Amino acid sequence: MSEPKKTPAPAAAGGRASTKKELPEHFKAYKHVWVFVEQERGQVHPVSWELMGAGRILADKLGVELAAVVVGAEGETVRNAVAESFCYGADLAYVCADPALADYRNEAYTAAMTNLVNTYKPEILLLGATTLGRDLAGAVATTLLTGLTADSTELDVDADGSLAATRPTFGGSLLCTIYTLNYRPQMATVRPRVMPMPDRVEKPLGKVIELPLGLAEADIVTKVLNFIPDRESSKSNLAYADVVVAGGMGLGSPENFQLVRQLAQAIGAEYGCSRPLVQKGWVTSDRQIGQTGKTIRPRLYIAAGISGAIQHRVGVEGADLIVAINTDKNAPIFDFAHVGIVTDAIRFLPALTEAFRKRLSAHSRDKLAS
Amino acid sequence: MHIVVCIKQVPDSAQIRVHPVTNTIMRQGVPTIINPYDLFALEEAMRLRDKFGGEVTVLTMGPPSAEDSLRKALTFGANRAVLLTDRFFAGSDTLATSFALATAIKKISDTWGAPDLVFTGKQTIDGDTAQVGPGIAKRLGLMQITYAAKVTEYDAAEGSVTIERRAEGGTQVLKSKLPCLVAMLEGTNEIRRGTMADALRGARAEIIKWNAKEAGVEDLSKCGLKGSPTIVKRVFAPSPRAEKAKFIEIPEGGSLPDALIAEIFTRQPALEADLTELARGF
Ligand SMILES: Cc1cc2nc3c(=O)[nH]c(=O)nc-3n(C[C@H](O)[C@H](O)[C@H](O)COP(=O)(O)OP(=O)(O)OC[C@H]3O[C@@H](n4cnc5c(N)ncnc54)[C@H](O)[C@@H]3O)c2cc1C
Ligand SMILES: Nc1ncnc2c1ncn2[C@@H]1O[C@H](COP(=O)(O)O)[C@@H](O)[C@H]1O
Repeated sequence: MSEPKKTPAPAAAGGRASTKKELPEHFKAYKHVWVFVEQERGQVHPVSWELMGAGRILADKLGVELAAVVVGAEGETVRNAVAESFCYGADLAYVCADPALADYRNEAYTAAMTNLVNTYKPEILLLGATTLGRDLAGAVATTLLTGLTADSTELDVDADGSLAATRPTFGGSLLCTIYTLNYRPQMATVRPRVMPMPDRVEKPLGKVIELPLGLAEADIVTKVLNFIPDRESSKSNLAYADVVVAGGMGLGSPENFQLVRQLAQAIGAEYGCSRPLVQKGWVTSDRQIGQTGKTIRPRLYIAAGISGAIQHRVGVEGADLIVAINTDKNAPIFDFAHVGIVTDAIRFLPALTEAFRKRLSAHSRDKLAS
Repeated sequence: MHIVVCIKQVPDSAQIRVHPVTNTIMRQGVPTIINPYDLFALEEAMRLRDKFGGEVTVLTMGPPSAEDSLRKALTFGANRAVLLTDRFFAGSDTLATSFALATAIKKISDTWGAPDLVFTGKQTIDGDTAQVGPGIAKRLGLMQITYAAKVTEYDAAEGSVTIERRAEGGTQVLKSKLPCLVAMLEGTNEIRRGTMADALRGARAEIIKWNAKEAGVEDLSKCGLKGSPTIVKRVFAPSPRAEKAKFIEIPEGGSLPDALIAEIFTRQPALEADLTELARGF
């Protein structure tokens, strides 16, 4: 009975749903937009800057300030994250730095975040929907007893200043817009690559406000015994790839899915798939594209045998050019693809791979010759 | 040991259809399943029980028909099943859901002993928020470990648990205190089929049913729509692009692949040189 359970009935659009009561007095002090800047082991997760871009738009619409929130161990990484926040659009930064925050642990991070929120009262708080961000956001929202919209694909503010967070709802072709009208802060998470990366503009350090953690290492029950980094070779660069080729159920079998990999390889692209292929065990889950997989923003996306359900669509809409290959000319994917081919992908893909090879190697030869 | 596993009955997503005119979900006849992620949680819990002894209680909040999923869990080998069902729970968002489940877990704890571990799945396939686990943990004041790949150690005497957790860019090995909430990652184990004895017992066993009051809910305003800070205001179909897809057809005397490649490079002129570079890397 969680979130989308109440979306199906259109009745949800009337009655209590649309009532905005006068905000309770104790919430009126909540102002400004905050973006949680996720940094770990020397690196800021790029989703933080994507959110900073989205947060900037919301803050400007509301006429309020945009703040970066940096939590971590004192040192180079945190200092850097704070400095970079200003270059990506923050007006000020809140920092909670403590050696106990070196590794991510829910207890300590939740304490830091709830402290900051209760002290400085933001009206909107955005976090990346990463493993860290989702672990943290759920805990923070429950501690603060406020609303949280997971994996939003669009953020906006209404005329009355409420945050409107849109996400796909279960089923396959619907979106819903969720509000947290009578509680503060209004929280939302957004997956990496859903929002465009804003330009980085060199800026000097702005106002930085620090708050102590108020917890000693001895108070924190959970200990990190070890961290084993992923092998470089097992990481796919799907989310940040320039060109992506993906296949769906239309391919019919795991063997036919090789056609997708072959095309990807011929043009130096990453390959991906729709969710049912992961569920069937044909492709590993890190290759799934869409709402519950990766969001991509390539310059070229080629989708073969994918129908284009909303959960898939939201993961690829940021692509500059979408090419769809499908036998059904009424497939929903043609509602958002730029270029369509109505044909059997199983026969077409090998021909396309061959044609690309010819064309690209002809260029290579030209280049080598010149 | 006592372990509570939260499972949810969800529609078999592949089969949901949306009414093209009214934009409502057509639920009639849609088969339901146990949320696939929750099966990893259930199996991990049963493995621990088999090793250290004790009981596994499965808990779900849902309509009366969610009894089917609980019965299924019993046939897999769970010891006890509790169904939390009441119209007051209808329309719960994740905050209200975690309130209801946490309240029921307290009652389970009072009735059959405090759980050492509470398991959830990583997320549901219909709600898909991954928030209910952390919500339960915070409401019950439990330690919280999400994206758990494996419970590697359990030490009742010390009251500790060691877990491998999927983190950004690697695996975190965490040691925490009991009681602890664990949200299990997918693909970590395989649900057992259950023995013949389990099947027989499961078919006959009583499903314990609690309404809000029986579960110990005192403040109904924390349940259902009333207890949900989030509000769904608008449900809508995505709009097609202003400009329709351009369909490429076989040109006279040409080939479809070549026509497509020409179209791609006309629209993305810089791509041709870059692809040539990329392709040469292979
Ligand atoms: C909570 C939730 C989250 C989800 N998250 C995701 C997600 O992250 N990513 C995702 O992809 N899905 C997701 N889904 C599933 C999604 O709703 C769709 O079910 C799924 O995307 C459909 O995959 P498909 O297009 O490959 O298969 P289908 O819908 O079965 O479509 C197959 C297509 O192939 C075409 N076809 C058939 N034969 C051929 C052929 N020979 N050549 C060319 N075309 C052919 C058919 O016309 C059809 O359009 C989610 C669902 C839910 C409920
Ligand atoms: N109604 C429910 N009944 C029992 N468990 C639930 C319910 N909703 C969510 N859960 C548990 O919480 C996890 C996360 O759910 P969600 O936040 O909806 O993605 C699921 O995998 C379940 O283990």
